[in-house]
Amino acid sequence: MKLTLNVWRQKKDGTGAFKTYQAPHVSPDMSFLEMLDVVNEDLILKGEDPIAFDHDCREGICGMCSLMINGVAHGPNQGVTTCQLHMRSFKDGDTITIEPWRAQPFPVIKDLAVDRAAFDRIIQAGGFISVSTGSAPDANAVQVPKPAADSAMDAAACIGCGACVAACPNASAMLFVGAKIAHLGFLPQGQAERSQRALNMVTQMDAEGFGSCTNIGECSAVCPKEIKLDVIARMNRDLIVASLKGLEPTGLAAKTLEQKKK
Amino acid sequence: MSDSKTVPGRILDGKVPSGPIEQRWDKHRFDMKLVNPANRRRYTVIVVGSGLAGGAAAATLGELGYNVKCFFYQDSARRAHSIAAQGGINAAKNYRNDGDSIFRLFYDTVKGGDFRARESNVYRLAQVSVNIIDQCVAQGVPFAREYGGYLDNRSFGGAQVSRTFYARGQTGQQLLIGAYQALSRQVAAGTVKLFPRTEMLDLVVVDGRARGIITRDMVTGKVERHVADAVVLGTGGYGNVFYLSTNAKGCNTTATWRAHRRGAFFANPCYTQIHPTCIPVTGDHQSKLTLMSESLRNDGRIWVPKKKGDTRAPQSIPESERDYYLENRYPSFGNLVPRDVASRNAKQVCDDGRGVGPGGLGVYLDFSDAIKRLGKKVIAERYGNLFDMYKQITGEDPYEVPMRIYPAIHYTMGGLWVDYNLQSNIPGLFVAGEANFSDHGANRLGASALMQGLADGYFVLPYTLSNFLAQIKPDGMGTDRAEFAQAEAEVTGRIKKLLSLNGKRTVDSFHRELGKLMWDECGMARNDAGLRKALARIPALREEFWQNVKVLGANEEMNQSLEKAGRVADFLELAELLCTDALNRTESCGGHFREESQTEEGEAKRDDASFSYVAAWGYTGNLAKPELNKEPLTFEYVHPSQRSYK
Amino acid sequence: MTGVLTLYRSSIGKKVIMAVTGIVLVSFLVVHMYGNTKMFYGAETFNAYAAGLRDLGHPVFGYEHLLWVMRIVLVASAVGHIWSAMALTGQSQKSAYANGVGKAKRYAQKQRRTGYAAYTMRYGGIVIFLFIVYHLLHFTFGVVGYGPGREYIAEKHGEFNAYSNVVLGFQVWPVSFFYILAMGFLGFHLFHGIWSAFQTLGLNNEKYTSMWRGVAIVVTAIIILPNMFFPIAVMTGIVGL
Repeated sequence: MKLTLNVWRQKKDGTGAFKTYQAPHVSPDMSFLEMLDVVNEDLILKGEDPIAFDHDCREGICGMCSLMINGVAHGPNQGVTTCQLHMRSFKDGDTITIEPWRAQPFPVIKDLAVDRAAFDRIIQAGGFISVSTGSAPDANAVQVPKPAADSAMDAAACIGCGACVAACPNASAMLFVGAKIAHLGFLPQGQAERSQRALNMVTQMDAEGFGSCTNIGECSAVCPKEIKLDVIARMNRDLIVASLKGLEPTGLAAKTLEQKKK
Repeated sequence: MSDSKTVPGRILDGKVPSGPIEQRWDKHRFDMKLVNPANRRRYTVIVVGSGLAGGAAAATLGELGYNVKCFFYQDSARRAHSIAAQGGINAAKNYRNDGDSIFRLFYDTVKGGDFRARESNVYRLAQVSVNIIDQCVAQGVPFAREYGGYLDNRSFGGAQVSRTFYARGQTGQQLLIGAYQALSRQVAAGTVKLFPRTEMLDLVVVDGRARGIITRDMVTGKVERHVADAVVLGTGGYGNVFYLSTNAKGCNTTATWRAHRRGAFFANPCYTQIHPTCIPVTGDHQSKLTLMSESLRNDGRIWVPKKKGDTRAPQSIPESERDYYLENRYPSFGNLVPRDVASRNAKQVCDDGRGVGPGGLGVYLDFSDAIKRLGKKVIAERYGNLFDMYKQITGEDPYEVPMRIYPAIHYTMGGLWVDYNLQSNIPGLFVAGEANFSDHGANRLGASALMQGLADGYFVLPYTLSNFLAQIKPDGMGTDRAEFAQAEAEVTGRIKKLLSLNGKRTVDSFHRELGKLMWDECGMARNDAGLRKALARIPALREEFWQNVKVLGANEEMNQSLEKAGRVADFLELAELLCTDALNRTESCGGHFREESQTEEGEAKRDDASFSYVAAWGYTGNLAKPELNKEPLTFEYVHPSQRSYK
Repeated sequence: MTGVLTLYRSSIGKKVIMAVTGIVLVSFLVVHMYGNTKMFYGAETFNAYAAGLRDLGHPVFGYEHLLWVMRIVLVASAVGHIWSAMALTGQSQKSAYANGVGKAKRYAQKQRRTGYAAYTMRYGGIVIFLFIVYHLLHFTFGVVGYGPGREYIAEKHGEFNAYSNVVLGFQVWPVSFFYILAMGFLGFHLFHGIWSAFQTLGLNNEKYTSMWRGVAIVVTAIIILPNMFFPIAVMTGIVGL
């Protein structure tokens, strides 16, 4: 296969532009990232700076790879990450436009690699159950109804890749945040902090500068783990309960708010 | 091997406590010294790696109140490669009432490791396995449940009891996210500071103690010194020395190898595990191999054509011209023989010219009988997601045509030598998870890697590291010591050199060549001639690398070629030690199969009289002449026996 | 206690305001639509309905008292709805366009995988706002849409001529056409907005999604279809002077 790539190249100083590359020897068996590897090998031998892109496990679970491919986060196939996308999904002669995730809280580092530390800070604000090592009761001491465990697992499948933000016309992170709130909120172990968790995570999410959900569903449509919009409804419910309880943000979220005021 | 190439070293002491095995850990925990809670924040601990071992250790040490700095090369601590483990995690809970016990898990693990692990470590692992499940459930890990709401278990990897806990096919991911959440909580609490996209490039040893590391910020290129009272490496295995493996692309040996060069012993590097059911290579562009769950062998039948070079489509090869070689050779275990046996047999038939698919490196895993017997629906229920994944990657529909599979490097049992306290021979340097050598012997059982990583991180290191810290005083040492300056200068020198070479070959081309050499000569089966060939070729390749590699760009930016170059340079050194170890160990054991040492039936033959020891290699400054230190292995509770799967 | 301010401070809180005010406005639309059907009973009934609105709640409430309460609630809801929409839109656009290809273009290429209605909320909202302004100037104040020979007759001493106002108003086909078009926009807005309200208030989950979608369609149809029919009825002579 012969392909033309239209790739966003961005330098350290923040300036960027599209550059066109030819990929003349593409095998349909290559993964999308292997295709980029091959292009990069050629670029290096020609003395040109290779295209920087994030990747690691290359089996669809680490969440490191990203890429907006022809205007779709993770490319044309549903339920897979870019690393699992194979070139047989394209046709000989195709032109492929490749862009980074674009959102204010995801600054571009270089070319196609973006900084997703905002996601980590949202988890730090409350995406956990406060249990220190050693203080756990026996694993079977608390029953978890199977449907609850299954629903928690559905939400916990999130790999934190950020495709939801990239695809959302509002650049909202609510699918990501909702998935964590739903995961822990479905389990009996997560009940004690449920309302506070929602409030803290939503506060941090807003402070990071993510947009707001208008219930369009683009996030769920591109999610490689096919996480449902339900998780956003659960997050909303938990936040409403938190505000009715009159809770205030605590921990990192409170600190972030204070800093923002200054 | 004639020992002319190695320097004889000393006999190592694993510092195993005395007494009955079931009391050793408890007694040791009581004997260890404690640090007063008020004093803990005065100690700084560096943790490199944020996977199950590193992440769990960093979180737990943070909870205890130490000042923890955690470094990792990914952009988030949630992405460490522990995340890719699919199957599950073992624990001796005996929730099934099917005869499991701590002793049985201990016994199975020692036996599975082909009697090359330290008994006391394994027993402790089995003991704390039960706490791991409790901890993970409390953290919110959504393990599979039965309708009654209690935890579900399955039997895994041929175990005769159901002791594997799982969260769909994503157990590693869920456990890692549990550890990541615990870690995140400590970051918010201010006890742990994270250093994402930061790579450890050297270990700093001052006055014989590990006192810090040199790192490179992979975004800005800034090389920095970090000082601490102790250093923990949880940096995973070195499977990527083979270039193609099931490891993540970024997995590397740099942290462990640099520590080795600073004096830490590297133990049993030749113990590498090969997984039989991976999707075969499709061409030179192949960048990694994807694992398909071993459970596929429960219903799939493995075969190759009887005739060499038979290129007919599998459906048009009649039953009489198919060789179901595992069923024929191992009538009682059939397609369910252990990983190493299945892998070796696949290699044999492919070497024999009967492999299928591109390049002849593959065997069929055929579900047509199972579909006939059980119906497509049942097979789809059992393996639907795996079939979909296979179709996604290969473009072939396994419901219609047999899958093609081939073995791939999956896990490395070897690693830095540690004593019972997980401390290396350098005081203050602790090593956890896949990065150390300790618990799996020569072969790891399925669903045990997750168990070991979390055991080390949550339940062993927090005690043994505290014991170490309790015996030293925080001395407020800065990073201005000569040792730091020297290590930093060496790191920047290496970076400068790599950037200045401007040769003709890319980093990947060297890595691919090294990987192929290692796979061919030191892969599933090893022999004297092949290993010597590799040992002759590796130094030459290394020399060529340092003259002819092409790394573009600058240090002061994100430079992925530069990152890779540093890692491949270290793989080029480790590879030599790996082959030296394989050459030295003339027996077959676990994942290490020496063709010279096999039974009449072609099975692995151990040589307990000569090799019942841990080979802990010391760096001498001359890669061709490492120092061989030995830790003798004694078996008081599980008596060595030969495996048989006939 | 100040925690309840979360509804004002956080993005989801603002969404909740959107949802609650939206429900108030939708309820009004249903009642309004029902009131409009009185035109089929003739001038007397229709004008009596207009007068009756002033006397609503009599004798507990005084003349126009309850009507004013309703007007205030409606205006407050509309203000709340528009304010949260603007605040959230600002937040979203800042997030989406900061690293865009251009100031008004985020991606060089972007594909859509979901339905169209959700994308039209903001534009639809603006059209609806302009429509409401026109609608008030038209039927309530009579300052647009009427002319010589077709005069708007305002209320005088409790005498209402709403019926003739409506008929005369809708006899102008461009006005009717604009009303029907605006109802189209409103339909899109309601179809997505009503479902969204359930989602935002956390009442949705996988099992109920299709049910709430159904509710949204039914409520939208109940409001929109008759409202579209009223101008048609006047133009076709079903309703006349």
